[in-house]
Amino acid sequence: MVSPQVEIMLIASVVAVACALVGVFLVLRNMAMMSDAISHSVLLGIVLAFFLTRDLSSPALIIGAAMMGVITVVLVELLHQTRLVHEDAAIGIVFPLLFSIAVILISRHAANIHLDTDAVLLGELAFAPFDRFVYQGVDLGPKALYIMGAILLVNFFFISLFFKELKLVTFDPQLAAVLGISPIVVHYALMTLVSVTAVGAFDAVGSILVVALMIAPPATAYLLTDRLHVMIALSALVGILSAIGGFGMAYYLDASIAGSMATVAGIIFALAFLFAPERGVVAGTRRRMEQRWNFALVTLTIHLWHREKSAPVVGKAYAIQELRQHLRWSTAYFASVVERAIRRGLLTQRDDYVQLTEKGRRLAREGHGMGERATSEPL
Amino acid sequence: MKELFLALFFDHTLRTVAMGAAALGIVSGALGSFAVLRRQSLLGDAISHAALPGIALAFLLTGSKSALVLLFGAAMAGALATWLVTQIAGLTRVKYDSALGIILSVFFGFGLVLLTYIQKLPNSNQAGLEKFLFGQAAAIVEKDVLLMAGLGLVALFLLFLFWKEFKLLSFDRDFGTTLGYPMALIDFVLTTLLVLAIVIGLQTVGVVLMSAMLIAPAVAARQWTDHLGIMVLLAAFFGAFAGVAGTVASSTISRMPAGPAIVVAVSILVIISILFAPRRGVIWQRGRDYLMRQRFRAMGGKKNG
Repeated sequence: MVSPQVEIMLIASVVAVACALVGVFLVLRNMAMMSDAISHSVLLGIVLAFFLTRDLSSPALIIGAAMMGVITVVLVELLHQTRLVHEDAAIGIVFPLLFSIAVILISRHAANIHLDTDAVLLGELAFAPFDRFVYQGVDLGPKALYIMGAILLVNFFFISLFFKELKLVTFDPQLAAVLGISPIVVHYALMTLVSVTAVGAFDAVGSILVVALMIAPPATAYLLTDRLHVMIALSALVGILSAIGGFGMAYYLDASIAGSMATVAGIIFALAFLFAPERGVVAGTRRRMEQRWNFALVTLTIHLWHREKSAPVVGKAYAIQELRQHLRWSTAYFASVVERAIRRGLLTQRDDYVQLTEKGRRLAREGHGMGERATSEPL
Repeated sequence: MKELFLALFFDHTLRTVAMGAAALGIVSGALGSFAVLRRQSLLGDAISHAALPGIALAFLLTGSKSALVLLFGAAMAGALATWLVTQIAGLTRVKYDSALGIILSVFFGFGLVLLTYIQKLPNSNQAGLEKFLFGQAAAIVEKDVLLMAGLGLVALFLLFLFWKEFKLLSFDRDFGTTLGYPMALIDFVLTTLLVLAIVIGLQTVGVVLMSAMLIAPAVAARQWTDHLGIMVLLAAFFGAFAGVAGTVASSTISRMPAGPAIVVAVSILVIISILFAPRRGVIWQRGRDYLMRQRFRAMGGKKNG
């Protein structure tokens, strides 16, 4: 028998991976906010399906919700296609309306059943292990694990089977269309999966946190790699880390599990945002500083090199004060550029005179020839 | 119908709530116009979600449940969220929409952590915090309306004061820069006003529906005019109209929540505008296409296909 804690972590991880798998494509296709829209509007699908079946555990609820997710996408596109509304405004009109209709229907006709909006928005993972899947008297584990496990498998197989198509439609929709892969079909298939995943997941984590798990891990992975399959694997990993870390945090603070998962996902994203090699803020700032210094060094050496060529009689040394005046740099900036140049063996200094070394001349020639390129390459 | 009007004038509670909703509609309609024109429609959604941890932190730090303190916390968190979204989208390859999604959900998640933490603190009664989540229009009292109207007036006054600058920012930011205007500062002021508008509305319609209050009146108004001044006035009017219509509906129909009713009302205005607005509206466009085809045929042209 597994403890409820382990079961919760297991469910949370499965939810996180299922969300991350579809989330990768939302992030890459610039449709992140569609997850926000869908995760809210599926409520209307659930309510309508419930009115038809009168059964809260009926699978029709998931189907209804998935259909409403797709309808949301269609409505947003219809509104956008009138060319009267931008796409983001269209999203912002459609989902609050559908959500409002759902809330009105619930409070008017279903106030006495367990379908309150708090639970939908916030979710409660802590209760998930209480809803067991029992077959012929044998307890087979929490129901949520089976539902989310099934959704995870569907997502996984869809992405493995249509990996090539998804990749093509994501990165080059025109080429995909020429090759006979309909971007529209792929788009709607993906949106159906997003809807199904959102329904399954918000039962456990609530609709806002579906957004967190669909967007934050893939965006984190996006900062760490350029390869699609690595990005998918990394997103899944970040999702699992958020799930387990979030559970730990919730346990420690005695606070909302879903909220903690989102917080941990946010912290992991923040770390990647700051420290990702190449794409993080720190690496980016360092690269820009480096480029600025390189540019200054190239400017300095080119200036000296021209002078050497035009006035060979004077000798190859250059009075340092004169050089500063010619370049019109501030004293402090000039001093640090010269110091850098000497340290890198581009210049030699004797008393108040500087002279290019052979390495310095080479840089000047390259810099002169290549213009901007030389400034972006490491010396 | 007549009773309704009488109720609106003489029923104290209904009048208070309707006035609050109207004030909210005016402010969010006017400021939402700029958000929609600047293609920042969903920023409002992100700000309203991000306000939650600000509200919870303000309560944790001060122990006060006074609306002004909580709104201040919400505004701070909203401003921080906006800044972070711009930084994430500006400094890395992560796109604007992903940045919105992350900030929206992570801030909200953290807010939930704080709320559930507060709930379990000994002798702290957190009732009142949660109304920011879903909005409780019916719980609005006169004091709230005064606060909303006061903050709203400040926002509208600033909007009036910086009208030219905001217009420049919305339509040609680069031109403004060349004229020597501090466009970053102007952007900051406008975004602060947006945050203010959202914070005013949270109490009434709640987190989820606040974004509709910003976007929908502006989108509806946009269809009727190409003039910014008229658009802002119309959006404010639509917002106020929807606010009053929603509260009236919720008081006359049993078990009709006010926030969603307001959103439905404003959405109906959007649908009407998109269909019927002269010149831009769908029906107008269709009619024009039809007339053009007729004229073309009359001139001896062939049907295509």
